[in-house]
Amino acid sequence: MVSKIWKVFALWSGSPQLVLGVSAMTMFGILMIYSAGVLNIPSAVSQGAWIRQIAWWLLALLAFSFIQRMRIRWLEWFAYPLYGFSFSLLIVTLFFGTGSGTAAGVNSFLDIGFIRFQPAEIAKLTTVLALAKYISGYAGDFRNLRAVIPPACLVFGPLLLVILQPDLGTALSFIGILFAILFWAGTPIVHLTLLASPGLALILAYDARIWAAYFVLLIAFLYWYRSRLFFLESLVVMVGNLIAGTISTPLWNSLADYQKNRILVYLDPTVDPLGAGYHVIQSMVAIGSGGLWGKGFMEGTQKRFNFLPEQHTDFIFSVIGEELGFIGTFCILAGFGFIFYRLLKMAEKASDVFAGLVIFGILGAWVVHVFVNIGMTINVVPVTGIPLPFVSYGGSFLLMSWIAVGIAVRVVQED
Amino acid sequence: MRIVHPKVRRKRVFSALLFGSLVFGLLLIQAFRVQILSSGDWTLQSDSNRLRPVTVSAPRGAIFDRNGLVMVDNVPGYVVNILRDTPKETLESLEILRAHLGLSEERISDLKRRMRLYEPLIVDVDASFEEVSVIEEHRSDFPGVFIEMVPKRRYVGGEAISHALGYVGEVSTEELDTEMFSSYQRGTLVGKTGVELQYEPLLQGRNGVRYLEVDAVGRIVGSMVGIQEDTGDPGKDIELALDLDLMRWIHEIFPDSLPGAVVALNPADGGVLALYSAPTFDPNSFVGSLSTEDWQNIESNPGNPMLNRAIMGLYPPASTWKLAAAAIALDLGVVGPHEVMPIPCTGSMSYGGLQRGCWLSTGHGFLDLAGAIAHSCNVYFYQLGLRVGLDQLLEAGNRIGFNQQCGIDLPGERNGVFPESREFWERRFGYTPLNGEVLSLAIGQGPNSQTPMKMAQFYLALARDGTAPTPHILGERISSMDEWSLDLSSESIDQVRDGLRAVTAPGGTAHLTGSLEHWEVLGKTGTAQNASSRGQDHAWFAGMAGPWGKEPEIVVVVLVEFGESGSFATPIAVKAADYYLRKKYGIPFDTIQTLGEHLQAGRPAPWARW
Repeated sequence: MVSKIWKVFALWSGSPQLVLGVSAMTMFGILMIYSAGVLNIPSAVSQGAWIRQIAWWLLALLAFSFIQRMRIRWLEWFAYPLYGFSFSLLIVTLFFGTGSGTAAGVNSFLDIGFIRFQPAEIAKLTTVLALAKYISGYAGDFRNLRAVIPPACLVFGPLLLVILQPDLGTALSFIGILFAILFWAGTPIVHLTLLASPGLALILAYDARIWAAYFVLLIAFLYWYRSRLFFLESLVVMVGNLIAGTISTPLWNSLADYQKNRILVYLDPTVDPLGAGYHVIQSMVAIGSGGLWGKGFMEGTQKRFNFLPEQHTDFIFSVIGEELGFIGTFCILAGFGFIFYRLLKMAEKASDVFAGLVIFGILGAWVVHVFVNIGMTINVVPVTGIPLPFVSYGGSFLLMSWIAVGIAVRVVQED
Repeated sequence: MRIVHPKVRRKRVFSALLFGSLVFGLLLIQAFRVQILSSGDWTLQSDSNRLRPVTVSAPRGAIFDRNGLVMVDNVPGYVVNILRDTPKETLESLEILRAHLGLSEERISDLKRRMRLYEPLIVDVDASFEEVSVIEEHRSDFPGVFIEMVPKRRYVGGEAISHALGYVGEVSTEELDTEMFSSYQRGTLVGKTGVELQYEPLLQGRNGVRYLEVDAVGRIVGSMVGIQEDTGDPGKDIELALDLDLMRWIHEIFPDSLPGAVVALNPADGGVLALYSAPTFDPNSFVGSLSTEDWQNIESNPGNPMLNRAIMGLYPPASTWKLAAAAIALDLGVVGPHEVMPIPCTGSMSYGGLQRGCWLSTGHGFLDLAGAIAHSCNVYFYQLGLRVGLDQLLEAGNRIGFNQQCGIDLPGERNGVFPESREFWERRFGYTPLNGEVLSLAIGQGPNSQTPMKMAQFYLALARDGTAPTPHILGERISSMDEWSLDLSSESIDQVRDGLRAVTAPGGTAHLTGSLEHWEVLGKTGTAQNASSRGQDHAWFAGMAGPWGKEPEIVVVVLVEFGESGSFATPIAVKAADYYLRKKYGIPFDTIQTLGEHLQAGRPAPWARW
């Protein structure tokens, strides 16, 4: 009987272990969203969010089933048109986007009457598809840096639009997509590092001497590495670092105050404990006071008395840490570890290039989501509004995550 | 792109796994640090986050009189609060309470200014039991209104005890800066004057604390009573030397219209039996919040009811000080107890080319010390003063302490004014005093002002063996208090007392007003010339009383401002002494007490001496 059910489930899901893991994570998320709504001061925002999340999950399961019945080559054929469609949605969002209650300053939502969603979530997936299609169709070798330029452009288009919203967190996940896909496409890690080096230069430029020392080291490395790179490529890396170092200060000055503050309080949350540092400090208080076993499901005081910001969306992990303790933290990391491991194994098995690339693109985005989301609650990274996949409340994000799972499963089957 | 070889795929997946482990490991390590290693710190912060400490005031110690009667204690006071979620709701509740508590328009606008979101609004700090019962019985009619019970100070003696006991009020900003109140919290009720201030550290006790659960914006959630963590320690009860009944009686007999002071001491130990100052105030009106009207009444009263005249009022001691001059002279041996002064009183005496008068223009003739005291003869004391000499009189007066305070355990006692040397005149009046100044000083005039308490301490020595302990309000005597001594022989004391005894004897200045049926009264009247514009003189009586032929058991000093003459002050002192002694010896009380009152009321007084 059990084995029969398992067989049916395996047939429906395509990859029962992965889908089971993701389902468990989603249900766990719904439980925590329910708990996040249990407050001593009732709030309309977080109360009942769990019911809406269930509704979205049912929709997501429907979408998942649909993808299972779909011919995956369609996705490959339609990758560019879909990319173009989501790109234009992002442009529309720039003009007609609205903020949401939890991220009021960021105009990332589109409201089309009966539904509100974040076009960036769609764009992430279509970017993955477009990148995978381009790279799988490209005859050249990704060991030379020039081959990297077109994929980078594909990503930087939507990335720029997302930054303009301005939603730095989602922008980071685009970078995750790019690097993960390039890695799977065969770009050497050294090259990926060189590609990322302007970003490093941007940060190091806060002190001119440090940046100068870094730049000298970079040139020395490029000289030593000259046999593996074209001169032009080395030049581009150098110029990129130079530009990044130069625009660092003006860029910093052009940041909105809240963005600057988020970075400053990352370095020391106590500089502004009631302002920008408030989120981090209260989140750390919640997670830290959870201890090993936590305060118990629904019993978190930081949550109950409203000290936690956005406790059912971006800061859901603070609730988990407070109520379930280090055990809860460990379990949730283990859960994601399992999901990611399954995806990696699927990529390893897939002989189809497109399939592997798609899976790595999805992985790249999710790793960034998990790392930045959990990281910000325990002050590993600055606070950026980015949800925890499957766990955080958020309809369009849950739907797109499940569609991504569906696509991952499907592309492997198509192999 | 070419198909990737499975081996290469495996290698890349392995690298990716390595990278993933790095990322997850970083998160796990930081989570371990936060949740395991520094969990204690965060837990502490979490608790302090949601728990707001609220002070639970410890009840102040009660105060009892010498017979164990309650003078001051605590009764439950009811504080009416409003706590709603929005200002609009708070205003609604306030509107409901306005009619119920009869809040004035002025009070309402004041409350509106004090409204703070999510903080209880204190509407009435002293609601009546009836008002509170209605609120409690009709809870649903008063949304968001809750009653807090706090100990409320009750002064049983009211106006009779106000100057001795003082009153309490919220600690002021200035007081918080002083050392005594440095550890106090804002809003604490503290003693402002009198015993309440003097024994503040004993009475205060230690405040407890309870915690209210609050949310991030400070809204109180859950129980208003909160979590009781520490009940604190109630203040200590103290017992005073005062006699509540006596003080009430003094308040009753003291003329309402005149300012003045009464001090009664117990010769046995220097304990203060009564301390009264008029005009007085009701310390109960300071409990809770004093209405603006009440405060203005007190402030604008020309009699200054807040001034404790018994220890802060300085008055020329007049004839009551003649006893001090006599004591000094006897101490120095310049007059003998039975020695008659060579110059008889003819109503005046010539000195330095000036005629210095006696109050009786027909003169007293030849007198010895007792006679001079009995008749308050100025001419005798002029000669006594000259024999002592100005410098010696000043020296002795200072030694006895007439330029000091007596050191009673009450705040604000003022020093007596008495020249410390001849330089006093140069400093104060710009001239070098001649020896003749001693004439004025010897009869209690000149630059000499004393508080009723200081004079009482001097008479206390006369009522004892010439030594006087520091008067004290607290029941148990504080050991460190030093005594001072007049260095008088018992013969001299007898002689001085004979003079005082003669004052209320037939022919004395206070025969009618100062004679009692059951008790022997020894005393001295005084009439202090009043420099102020009203011109009427201040009346003094300083004396003692006790069973016939025995040692005195009460010392009483009375001062009545604008009392014209000593005969005005005498009955107050004598009636107070009579009340105290009758009570002490169990003799039924009677409001007709002095010989004068018997005559006035037409009651026979077979005990009277004529």
